[in-house]
Amino acid sequence: MAVASESSDKSHIQTEIAFRTIGLTKVYETEAGAVHALRGVDIELFKGETTVMLGPSGSGKSTFLNILGGLDRPTAGQVYFQDSELTNFDDAFLTQYRRRHVGFVFQFYNLIPSLTARENVELVTEISERPLSAAAALELVGMGHRVDHFPAELSGGEQQRVAVARAVAKRPDVLLCDEPTGALDSKTGVSVLEAIEQVNRELGTTTVLITHNAGIAAMADRVVSFADGRIADVQINKQKIPAGTLKW
Amino acid sequence: MVNRLKSLNRKLVRDLWHIRGQVLAIAFVIGCGVATVVLSLGTLNSLQETRDAYYERYHFADIFAHMKRAPRSLLGDLSKISGVRRVEGRIVHGVIIDIDGMVEPARAQAVSLPQTTVSNLNGIVIRVGRLPVSGSTDEIVVHEAFAEAHNFTPGDAFWANMNGRRRMLRIVGIALSPEHIYVLGPGDLVPDNRRFGIFWMNHSALEAIYDLKGGFNDVSLTLSRDGRVQEVIAEVDRLIDPYGGIGAIGREDQLSYAFLKSEMDQQETMAKVFPPIFLAVAAFLLNLVIARLVETERQQIGLLKAFGYSDFEVGAHYFKFVAVITAIGIIIGWAGGAWLGRGMTEMYAELFRFPFLYYLIEPKVFIYGAVVSIFAASLGTFTAVRRIVKLAPAVAMVPPPPTTYKVNALERTGFGRTMSQPARMIVRHIIRWPMRSALTVIGISFSGALLVVTLFFLNALDEMTEIFYFDRERQDIVITLTDIHSDTAVKEATYLPSVMRAEGMRHVPVRLTSGTRSERTVIAGIDPENNLSRLLDINHKKIDVPEQGLMVSDKLADMLGATLGDMVRIDVLEGRRPIVTVPITKISRQYVGIGAYMTRSALNKLLKEGPVISSIYLQVDSAREAELFTALKKVPALVGLMIKRVSLESFYTTVREYMDTMIIVYIGFASVIAIGVIYNAARISLSERGRELASLRVLGFTRQEVAFILAGELAVLTWLALPLSGFFGYHLGSLMVDMFDTELFRLPFIIYPSTYGYAALVVLVAAAGSAWVVVRRVSNLDLVAVLKTRE
Repeated sequence: MAVASESSDKSHIQTEIAFRTIGLTKVYETEAGAVHALRGVDIELFKGETTVMLGPSGSGKSTFLNILGGLDRPTAGQVYFQDSELTNFDDAFLTQYRRRHVGFVFQFYNLIPSLTARENVELVTEISERPLSAAAALELVGMGHRVDHFPAELSGGEQQRVAVARAVAKRPDVLLCDEPTGALDSKTGVSVLEAIEQVNRELGTTTVLITHNAGIAAMADRVVSFADGRIADVQINKQKIPAGTLKW
Repeated sequence: MVNRLKSLNRKLVRDLWHIRGQVLAIAFVIGCGVATVVLSLGTLNSLQETRDAYYERYHFADIFAHMKRAPRSLLGDLSKISGVRRVEGRIVHGVIIDIDGMVEPARAQAVSLPQTTVSNLNGIVIRVGRLPVSGSTDEIVVHEAFAEAHNFTPGDAFWANMNGRRRMLRIVGIALSPEHIYVLGPGDLVPDNRRFGIFWMNHSALEAIYDLKGGFNDVSLTLSRDGRVQEVIAEVDRLIDPYGGIGAIGREDQLSYAFLKSEMDQQETMAKVFPPIFLAVAAFLLNLVIARLVETERQQIGLLKAFGYSDFEVGAHYFKFVAVITAIGIIIGWAGGAWLGRGMTEMYAELFRFPFLYYLIEPKVFIYGAVVSIFAASLGTFTAVRRIVKLAPAVAMVPPPPTTYKVNALERTGFGRTMSQPARMIVRHIIRWPMRSALTVIGISFSGALLVVTLFFLNALDEMTEIFYFDRERQDIVITLTDIHSDTAVKEATYLPSVMRAEGMRHVPVRLTSGTRSERTVIAGIDPENNLSRLLDINHKKIDVPEQGLMVSDKLADMLGATLGDMVRIDVLEGRRPIVTVPITKISRQYVGIGAYMTRSALNKLLKEGPVISSIYLQVDSAREAELFTALKKVPALVGLMIKRVSLESFYTTVREYMDTMIIVYIGFASVIAIGVIYNAARISLSERGRELASLRVLGFTRQEVAFILAGELAVLTWLALPLSGFFGYHLGSLMVDMFDTELFRLPFIIYPSTYGYAALVVLVAAAGSAWVVVRRVSNLDLVAVLKTRE
């Protein structure tokens, strides 16, 4: 699997596909019957772009993100990451895929409580091939001044920014964020989005961000709306708004 | 009220089912504690009850005395001693017997049956057949153990060498006696029922054989309520003195009684030492589990209280949780203890010969086992349950504050900087809960210690056997003569077939007194050039018998409260009964029995006798042993014969069989502790860190890398526990040495390095196994859920 080259040439990026899904379907078998989380999703996501996924609870956006991140497998259909079909991979390979190419940001930060901010980042840099230094990653998200603090000593916004630093320190090809501002107030949320934006700008990381919050869509290159397991709408933002000016 | 409790009970059942692995692991640890209580106290109780009933029903005597020959009139004098209730004279004599199919001669003790039919002292219990008919001279009743070893039934017969004449003895009955519950031949360490037995025959027949017409050579006495053992013994000694009495003994010195008592003391020791170990571990594990449960169910507890459940009801709910686990443990313990007890009793039935051995554990033993484990469980979970009761609903509903960590001292060192982040996580998690980590380490180390102390017994026995049979007793055969003989007999013995070397010894029963303490023993008179039975110093090296004064064994010195240079009074209990005072000039190390030694010439001089001996030690050519046995069967002056090889073999078969069983049981016990502690520690760690570990998986850590964090913590704790196992094992072993220090034998305190190795190996295997079961679950971590759930 090739590692994407860094580039800040957006016009070039738009032509290179990061993810492509064909007829992606996910059915959960429950006692109450089959639940269709995804009903045939076909989409292409492009390198270096920021994509925001909107949609109500249960619309399938999280399932979609999990499949992109190699955490879940579709019931039917294919997912291509660059030229490789993720759906063909076994668990060990998916682990390597996540390790080399994917950065995750969780709604509840999921920092390791026993490690300081710097160590949380180092946790990932230690197993990466060409990482940023932990200090640089933390600097990138504006956390350069609190590197030796434990998660319990940081606010929610600070924790999430450390989480972003941790996710991007390995220079992932893709950054997947599941409701990164869901647990934060609007001001802190904005600071986290700014960090994500900065990473996208400086490292050219393909970013996929799930949110309930339609206000965030304005910072995206592309906005994908999910409804009932399908893509209801795809919009391309001609004019992106800087994250710092977002309000909700 | 009833309905809400119903739903709480349903929750209880489901919660218990949810952590069934942990429930079972803890229940087994409790079970082991209860089982050891039931086993030890149950066996002790059974032995005690059986023994007491047996002694009472068959009139086991209180005092025993042996002499050369005494007239029947002496019995009247003895019965007049104040405090004496009944007196019975009899004839007891050592006999060499020749059994078809046995190359070597066997030994036996012939005991006369009373002439009256009224219930007599040390009454025998006929198991099969009958008593000899009145007037018969060749009918005998044999002890059941001896009969079983030879498959004897009434009608069988064997040859005996009695007072220089070979006689055919016919078995008419098989019996047991309270005097011979533990049948041990002279010089043996364990019973050898093939080569030593007891038989009874008519008094008149033995009178005739041993020229004791109208007389006897052995007396048994019982005391009335106000009879004092020591006073009566002194009076008996005075009266039997003119008749060659060799000093009366009380029950404490009666071999069968002493061995049975020693075994019972050991059971009592076990009941004191082992259950607390298990119950302490169980208390800790329960605390661990309940504390974790409170942590995970914090919001539920708040909710229940908010719904209107009282503090008491909520507390009681969690207490029930503990109660159910404890109850399962108690049931396992009762069943396991009863089962092991049955096995133990069967083993005892081989060793101790009772006409009835009811294995009846009294209800109080079961209740005691249950009560102590309930106490331990309550103690272990008291603080956790109290925390539940005290938790205010509003506080409980808010998620607990995040765990705070600190950089620890270890990491500030150079070593700390080289640590990977996962290693850091392991170290910080251990240090964050120092008490829990310490108790886990201690818990695991108990398991190792239990193994060290169990295997220590093997080491000690090996060492004891090595010292006793090879360093000390280097002869092949010891023959005991009927009476003293001129030491020219030693030279004659060298003419016997296969004999390569012969050495004479003089043994004489004495009472040694130092200050207010007094002990009965035997002085062995040894020639300085003797080499077949050696005396050893504290380092197990040969030491010579002192030219002057008396050498005593270390235990005897201890019992007398005497040391080098102290004067001891020797009251010889035989012959002219001289009394002398001599200094202790040497002390020898001796693990079996007690003893005193001087040169044979000095002993002969003390006894005012010529150069005489009472036993001969032989070194023989084992290839021609059979010829020697054939010859010995015909030697008239023989009363005893000890063949070392045979004695050693029977020691190994008996003791090893017993030890092997014990070792399997204790390896099981130790594994239960190790598994219980490690499995629970691992499960709780997984439960606490599941989210953390799943996050790492999402971040691209492999299963192995994540498993490393979980298993690494357990590995660190287990490794820390290993040296501690050795430390606890060493001290527990030393405690055992003190507890097993009796007049009969002592254990050398030696723990082979391999013992620590084996103990560590078992702990590591148990640890690895139980950790594996948990670490496997890393594969099942829900990676998707972790993205959505809050801690």
